[in-house]
Amino acid sequence: MAPLLNVRNMTHFFGGLRAVSDFNLTIEPGEIKGLIGPNGAGKTTVFNLITGVYTPTEGIVELEGENIKGVETHRIAARGLGRTFQNLALWRHMNVLDHIRLAHYSQLTYGLFGAFFGTPKSRKQEKEVRENSYKLLELFDIDQFATQNIGNLPYGAQRRVEMARAMATKPKILFLDEPTAGMTPDELIRMIEIIRQVHRDFGVAIFMIEHRMKFVMDLCESIQTLVFGEVIAEGPPEEIQNNPEVIEAYLGKEDLH
Amino acid sequence: METLKKLFRPFSVVPLAGWFLGVFSAVLMEYYLGDLISYYLYLPKIPVLFGTLFMLKNPLLIPSALAYDCIVYIVPVFLVARLFAPLTNQLAAQLEKMPLWLATLLHLAAFYGILHMWAGINDYRVLVVKLTMISIILTLSLNVINGYQGEFSCSHPGFMALGAYASSTLTLLLFANDKMFGEPLMNPALGPWLFPLILIVGGGVAALGSLIVAIPSFRTRGDYLAIISLAFLFMVKSAIENMEIIGGPRGMSSQPNYASLTVVFVWMALCIWIVHNFTTSVLGKALNAVRDNEPAANSMTVNTRKTKMTAFMFGAFWAGVAGGLFAHVLRYVNPGTFGLNKLAEILAMVYFGGLNSIYGSIIGAVSISMLSEALRPLELFKWIIIPLILILVMIFRPHGLISFTELNVKELMRPRDKERAGGVE
Repeated sequence: MAPLLNVRNMTHFFGGLRAVSDFNLTIEPGEIKGLIGPNGAGKTTVFNLITGVYTPTEGIVELEGENIKGVETHRIAARGLGRTFQNLALWRHMNVLDHIRLAHYSQLTYGLFGAFFGTPKSRKQEKEVRENSYKLLELFDIDQFATQNIGNLPYGAQRRVEMARAMATKPKILFLDEPTAGMTPDELIRMIEIIRQVHRDFGVAIFMIEHRMKFVMDLCESIQTLVFGEVIAEGPPEEIQNNPEVIEAYLGKEDLH
Repeated sequence: METLKKLFRPFSVVPLAGWFLGVFSAVLMEYYLGDLISYYLYLPKIPVLFGTLFMLKNPLLIPSALAYDCIVYIVPVFLVARLFAPLTNQLAAQLEKMPLWLATLLHLAAFYGILHMWAGINDYRVLVVKLTMISIILTLSLNVINGYQGEFSCSHPGFMALGAYASSTLTLLLFANDKMFGEPLMNPALGPWLFPLILIVGGGVAALGSLIVAIPSFRTRGDYLAIISLAFLFMVKSAIENMEIIGGPRGMSSQPNYASLTVVFVWMALCIWIVHNFTTSVLGKALNAVRDNEPAANSMTVNTRKTKMTAFMFGAFWAGVAGGLFAHVLRYVNPGTFGLNKLAEILAMVYFGGLNSIYGSIIGAVSISMLSEALRPLELFKWIIIPLILILVMIFRPHGLISFTELNVKELMRPRDKERAGGVE
């Protein structure tokens, strides 16, 4: 059986700049993996390459054994690759419920005619979407905000909306780009619980970029360290934490003089 | 502001049906007593649009015209609406038990009846009402592109021209004995029945034309798309000016008289209904997502190209339909009509009324068209006053009067006698 996600020798150039080189990644169903690295190492670029925002210059990207390199982003997303963004990518004039409803886009089978005239088929599907959205809102404990505009929510709740929205696309793998960026310690603990819950209830595999070691140590089974577009270390969290090369990449070389 | 609120408090118990009754009584009053009242107030005839014409032409008539407005409109509307509120609330409660579509249809029918009677006083009113309703269609359709989808498209008069010319050509060719195309090809008696189909064809032509703007919108937006769409507008205009077969710069005239008040009203209602259905569905919410954050929409499985194309084609379709109605209301079109002035007018309606909102579009279209008709005697000064109002609105409400709200028919029609949980925010 092919792994859920298989990335082989993925390399990408921005003009003459080698942003990512020879990146390899295998994710099996239900796995949680992490990606760390200093600022500008190319972590988000890796995300964007796999999710189809950019097309890798070289290499293989496969989801469930099928090629997804060069496929449009929305199609990759519909095939089961959900994601969140580093700096919240929410729709600022939409309410919370509509965020979750819209993420069901690819699951709808009624066409424009149905949308224009409110045919029975479209109404039935819209009702199902609405019910499912409310379920997700409850699960992520944001149902009290359902009809609120997204901008009125506290930051932690906005993060949860983003998670709920990603889960509404029915992903098999969830890509989390710094899920705890800018969070207070309370919100951080809550986020760990939520990610555990998502992992347990939906059985999704998770691939995350995260800086906070406590968070990564708690959740990930394996971590990759990316520095200047190259993976310099890979292994279980404890090992990575004590790896001299990783420490060097983050803190710089120890001064011997 | 506070005193105004206090003044209106007694009227918060009046349901929509109650206001209809009030307006109906005012219209009845004008119908039977209008001549008499205007005679005693020394007005030459029944004022057409609330007497603004008299007021601006002859300031001495201002008191009489205001008195007429008070006696015929303001007093009966508020008095009847308030007095019969208990009764109309019961009616509204009965209507609320019916299926929503039936209650809505009944309201629409009542509204149409009142409008028909009010407009029936003279032909000028009929024309103003028709043009206002066409403006509503135009404003809504531009709101889909500029408000819901968040592009800045300037090609709306171009789409309108495509629809107007396509449908005019068809009606003249098929149903009219005309010097341009000669004998009608079909029995003219069929004309009014096939008119909807012709309008749809006109809309379709406009929708196809809109692809010229929609496809560049995949790669660019904002200022650049505005310029592309402006270029499209000029393309359409000069293409029509240079096609002698459809009249060139002289335009086309003597279209058959198919666009009656009823026809225009039905198309307007249909447009509002379809735009509402579309913009509240998940497929319509995709427009908002593309506007607010396109990469995020893409990552949430939304096909953003298809969404943009849909928005443009949908908006252009309705602009084409509006153009067809426009051509058959005026029974004359020329390319000069569909220029920058028209664009400014439609844009003003959209941004004045409010982005992303059906209420806003209706209010914007009605107020700007009524205002521009009412201020007509001021001639040049009209174009100082209307832009000034627009600037003031933009200062105090940058998104327009009523923006980012969903049309809620149920809430609109509900009885108002008792406060409900979650009813009024």
